[in-house]
Amino acid sequence: MRGVPEARTVPRTVISGRRRLFDLGLSELRDYGELFFFLVWRDIKGRYAQSVLGVGWALIQPTLQMIVFTVIFGGLANIDSDGIPYPIFSYTALVAWNYFSNALSDATGSLVKDKAMMQKIYFPRMILPGSAVLGRLVDFFIALLLLVGLMVWYAIPPTPWVLLLPLFLVITMAAASGLGMGLGALAVQYRDVKHGLTFGIQLFMYAAPVVYPVSYVPEQFRLWYAINPMVGVIEGFRAALLGSTPMPWDLIAVGAVSSVVILSLGAMYFRSKERIFADVA
Amino acid sequence: MSEPAISVENLSKRYRIGVRNRRRDTLVGNAIEALSAPLRNLKRLARLSRFDENEDDRPDVVWAVRDVSFDVEPGEVVGVIGRNGAGKSTLLKLLTRIAVPTSGEAVINGHVSSLLEVGTGFHPELTGRENVYLNGAVLGMTRREISRKFDEIVDFSGVERFIETPVKRYSSGMKVRLAFSVAAHLEPEILLVDEVLSVGDWEFQKKCLGKMDDVARQGRTVLFVSHNQAAVTRLCSRILLMEHGCLVEDGPAHEVMSVYLRAGMGSMAEQSWPDPTTAPGADVARIRAARVVGEDGRVSDAVDIRRPIFLEMEYEVLRPGYLLQPNFTVWNAEEAVVAFAGVDLDPEWIDRKRPKGLYVTRARIPGNLLAEGMFTVDACMSTKRPVKAQFNADAAMAFHVVDPMDGTTARGDWAGRMGGVMRPKLEWATEYLGAGRDEEPVLVEEPVG
Repeated sequence: MRGVPEARTVPRTVISGRRRLFDLGLSELRDYGELFFFLVWRDIKGRYAQSVLGVGWALIQPTLQMIVFTVIFGGLANIDSDGIPYPIFSYTALVAWNYFSNALSDATGSLVKDKAMMQKIYFPRMILPGSAVLGRLVDFFIALLLLVGLMVWYAIPPTPWVLLLPLFLVITMAAASGLGMGLGALAVQYRDVKHGLTFGIQLFMYAAPVVYPVSYVPEQFRLWYAINPMVGVIEGFRAALLGSTPMPWDLIAVGAVSSVVILSLGAMYFRSKERIFADVA
Repeated sequence: MSEPAISVENLSKRYRIGVRNRRRDTLVGNAIEALSAPLRNLKRLARLSRFDENEDDRPDVVWAVRDVSFDVEPGEVVGVIGRNGAGKSTLLKLLTRIAVPTSGEAVINGHVSSLLEVGTGFHPELTGRENVYLNGAVLGMTRREISRKFDEIVDFSGVERFIETPVKRYSSGMKVRLAFSVAAHLEPEILLVDEVLSVGDWEFQKKCLGKMDDVARQGRTVLFVSHNQAAVTRLCSRILLMEHGCLVEDGPAHEVMSVYLRAGMGSMAEQSWPDPTTAPGADVARIRAARVVGEDGRVSDAVDIRRPIFLEMEYEVLRPGYLLQPNFTVWNAEEAVVAFAGVDLDPEWIDRKRPKGLYVTRARIPGNLLAEGMFTVDACMSTKRPVKAQFNADAAMAFHVVDPMDGTTARGDWAGRMGGVMRPKLEWATEYLGAGRDEEPVLVEEPVG
């Protein structure tokens, strides 16, 4: 029990101020896998602690949004929904969109939230935004369950493309992580990000086909429009689950490339800034 | 020769501290101020992380650590002392990789853990059990390691009854005990401790010191930053003295400590516990302050060897009706107990139950008794019937006994090394007993007149 086990190899740590731009520190991230896991678990357990409805809130948010959108956009504004009932049309988009927006805002706030931890111990800082993005998956799957229920209710069978959902999820996670890392790193130094984000995400929702179909966007702008990775993801969700439109491969491809770019840029910016987190947070 | 456990070379860290903008005092000036505020804020915030060349002289640039180099061999116990803002804590932050150095390099061979991190990552909504796992992971233990030590950790913390309760329902003491218990079960090869940063009450700090002692005894490496100079002197064999970010002394503990004290840089003659809720103590009495006072009534950590020294403790009696037994234990630099002053013999109180209130107890150490050197003193208190400890403020104060070397002390005119725990000025007498056996009597010629 006492003494240092002889078998343990002695790790050698070199501390210096040199920076390496393209070293994303991924191998180190692997060594901290368990911490990663525990932080995800902490986020999930902590989020709905001491609430009566608990994870029920993961259902209430999109459901109420769906009702409001159905009344306003489907009813009053009479927006076209590709021939499927407006509630399920908007809810399908909300499942993907809410995951993205929640993951993004959690990831952005993660560094400031855990700054006490950053100022007391060392760990690869990417774990914080990363665990925030993973932690929101629980909400996503719960919301997805309700979507299955709605599909049964409206008697809409899924298409075989449903097998592509994991791909859409990966694109969403990449975009949320990339943006979240970039904005999170910025938020450490400029708290304005926090104030702007809530509001920004609300506006940004209208730049994605959540309440309207892609067909509302003029043909010639669509590929530009698809630079927002959530365009391809949301339309892909609808095509796979509801079969309302053919699979929009072009939008998905543009979105996938864009999300990879966002992820890389976000990670690089994050790496270049992370050295100052503990100093300025 | 083995590699050093810690090897630091020209390590430097530069910070920019926020400097307040000057204010204008006219209405128009204020209006312009308000309008241009966002732009100014942007500049100010952006500058936090940017440094231009040759900017070192600017008032808001601070070199918290500058060109520090040293090696620590495996098994060494090294203290880091210095005034507030000397860069001690920053040095530790660099070594724990919390902050990134501006220049220079440090190499660490071995698993590091630091007691700065006690309780870090505790989530109030999670139960004690869940937090043990979370905190363990934060400290770098694997899940299997934590599972293996889980029962031990919980036992040691003494909160087993509440282990399934969310930590937010714990008292602050329980939280600290649980957190410390996790940290105490780490098995680092190198332990970094910052007492300045470690929050917590006296009990907790004592536990930290205890843990350090254990780690040191097991032959592991310890780097200890502290304000408690008495504790540093007692625990460390070697001391690094920092000033304005630079390492100014590095050597055997007592030598460096003397330099430090002689330069008037620190005082350890007095310690107080202004917050009665965290001061060491139990239900009957709590300590308020402890100090070393000279003959003139002034707090002093360098005492003339010929003069008496007064050890003082100030305390509050919370519950009336007990006989109290204040006591002091005096240690020398070699960790020998020089005196256990265990009985307060003041006839006024020796058999009188104490009413509630504040007290000060003073013990006089006569002059010409202790040897030169450093002494640390524990201030302790217990009740008499029943005998129950109230507080044990280890290393509550320390002082230096200095010989003025003017021939009037027990040294006489000898200026070299002198051993001994005590240096009493004894009564000497020498008589001439006449001539030896086999020798002619030597006639001493008396001067005539």
